[in-house]
Amino acid sequence: MSVYLDHAATTPMFDVAIDAMNTSLRKLGNPSSLHTEGRSTRKDVEDAREKIARVVGCLASEVIFTGSGTEANNAAIKGLFWNSPKKVIVVSSIEHHAVLDPAHWLVEHEGAELIEIPVTTHGVIDLDFLRKVITARGSEIALISVMHSNNETGVIQPVGEVVKLAGDIPVHTDAVQSFTKVPLSFNDLGLFAMTISGHKVGGPLGIGALILRRAVEIPALLHGGGQERDIRSGTLNAPSIVAFAAAVEAKLYDATKIAQMRDSFEAGVVALRPDAVINGHTAPRLPGISNITFPGTQSDSLLLLMDSEKVSCSTGAACTAGVHRPSHVLMAMGLTDVVSQSSLRFSFGTTNTQPDVEYALSVLPIVIERGLAAHAVGKK
Amino acid sequence: MKIIAAMSGGVDSAVAAARAVEAGHEVIGVHLALSSNPQKYRSGARGCCTIEDSHDARRAADVIGIPFYIWDMADEFHAGVVENFMSEYAAGRTPNPCLRCNEKIKFAAVLDRAKAMGFDGVVTGHYARTQETSEGRTLHRAVDPLKDQSYVLAVLNREQINGAIFPLGDTEKVDIRIEAESRGLAVAQKPDSHDICFVPSGDNAGWLRDRLGSEVGPIVDQDGKKIGEHKGAYTYTIGQRKGLGLTVPTSDGSPRFVLKIEPVTNTVVVGAREDLAVTSMRGENPIFCGPEVGAAPQRGFVQVRAHGAALDCTYYMDNKILIAELDAPLLGLATGQAMVIYDGDRVVGSATICETA
Repeated sequence: MSVYLDHAATTPMFDVAIDAMNTSLRKLGNPSSLHTEGRSTRKDVEDAREKIARVVGCLASEVIFTGSGTEANNAAIKGLFWNSPKKVIVVSSIEHHAVLDPAHWLVEHEGAELIEIPVTTHGVIDLDFLRKVITARGSEIALISVMHSNNETGVIQPVGEVVKLAGDIPVHTDAVQSFTKVPLSFNDLGLFAMTISGHKVGGPLGIGALILRRAVEIPALLHGGGQERDIRSGTLNAPSIVAFAAAVEAKLYDATKIAQMRDSFEAGVVALRPDAVINGHTAPRLPGISNITFPGTQSDSLLLLMDSEKVSCSTGAACTAGVHRPSHVLMAMGLTDVVSQSSLRFSFGTTNTQPDVEYALSVLPIVIERGLAAHAVGKK
Repeated sequence: MKIIAAMSGGVDSAVAAARAVEAGHEVIGVHLALSSNPQKYRSGARGCCTIEDSHDARRAADVIGIPFYIWDMADEFHAGVVENFMSEYAAGRTPNPCLRCNEKIKFAAVLDRAKAMGFDGVVTGHYARTQETSEGRTLHRAVDPLKDQSYVLAVLNREQINGAIFPLGDTEKVDIRIEAESRGLAVAQKPDSHDICFVPSGDNAGWLRDRLGSEVGPIVDQDGKKIGEHKGAYTYTIGQRKGLGLTVPTSDGSPRFVLKIEPVTNTVVVGAREDLAVTSMRGENPIFCGPEVGAAPQRGFVQVRAHGAALDCTYYMDNKILIAELDAPLLGLATGQAMVIYDGDRVVGSATICETA
């Protein structure tokens, strides 16, 4: 038996998405061509755009397809910054690197000033801090970016409150983890920009979208044929776009069932290891993500041992050399670097079943026992 | 057995891991990240822990079909190998960091962690052989004399040898490359790494100067007469002839060689070639993976450099000090190097040279 508990990293593609992609792959036509084949493929792409827009809660013209969530985040952060004469960027301290790194790049290369919003020990951004920043510096802020939910802990952030506090300041949210998992409407939230990604929702790899409010124009990262409102040139990836839309439209994510599995897993972990700490469980969370600290262990040893027992999970952060690093998210929540390096993320999805939970719990005692022993020799 | 394959990203460790799989072991590949700030690319044959190397190791593991992980041993490597390298040079000795790495990292930190995690041992791409005998597992030279690495493994104790697997000792390097090619391993023609992995420039003296400073001091002859100046005593090696920058000639015009480095007075002593001759050596902190050595003199061989000759000698222990007396004198022997005793091709043990005469 093998159990995949890393759905926050990537999800298995839904059959409906694979079927839609296969059909599209066999079809000829550049969506930008004016002839019969081109028009037919263009229709598929625009059908897909409308399907995604309906679920996102936006206009079809507000969906800009990109090659990934990372690209959409880069386009949003850099685009909204360059679009403004103001120099201050405000982001939460627990953003994904696809938001943090472009923000830091703008500081180093474009004279931006970065303000990071701290989080509470529950993993939720400090709205009082944001309120004070906006009161004191509001007229200087080019954009605010706060993720809809965190990829490591699953903690949902009060993006609606952020938008209210922001007033006229453009707000972007990275909704890659939340999209299709929890109720979410671009319009109702009043956002300027939002990021979603195909492979986190049962769609293919290599397709994402920047949802960008109508009439907000940002500079392009990729220049060329002028596709996607002149913001993202490049021949439209019709098969992936069609498959992305098929996955989104299928609405296969059963949040109640997945939350029940996650909760039963966490109850089982705490019963087996009473010293285990579930990070962020006191805040509203996504249904499928569980981030657990096992004191006295090292995440990379635990991952190896879990993998040996055929359970796939994640350690969170790693540097470019593949070396496990303390998670900036857990450290922002007040954990020390040692404790944050003793944590694993388990993320449940549509293909999991209750026997998966029971199997993962059955291997946990030996994994933790060996993980404790490995850490103890390391400290010798 | 369940074993960890230490995979550097080179051809040897890749073939060793593949052979271990074929021998029926359950193998998991591990690349050791030894630098907290790794270089992106290898420069020539230097370095062994760049990001490029870790990619090569991962690719080899994937081709072999084994799981692969990276273990961060940068702190252990710095404390056990790099700091030791600097302090030994600062003390006027010439250390061999590859030995320390085997002793402290590959067959200590890694082996201990592997055992704690339920593994039985560690497989590496070192060229050496082991044999199962009535006395336990014994360590021997590889069949390829040019690649034999038993010298750098002689710091392992019996327990460590029992936890080690060296699948390449029976094969010549040239055949390992052919085998790698036939296994579809892209590292088949990757250059061998040599020099010191944490000195990617290959400029050991410059590396040491950057870290230990360069305090000018006297170069003296054997009578103590100052005949020049040096820029940091630790950048010199016993037996060194070039780069001394001496302008005072000897009476007969013969060249001078570094005879001694005295770190306390920051002095380099030079003299004639024949004064380099050593006929006996004493080694501290002996480690024996072979038969215990006692006070009774025994005949065997001693090797004092990684690819040096096996020198005929008589060896014995004298109050925790391993002594080897050479049949024929050896020119230029630095303290800090390892002396490894062999009984035929079998490793008896090793010690760190602390005194020569």
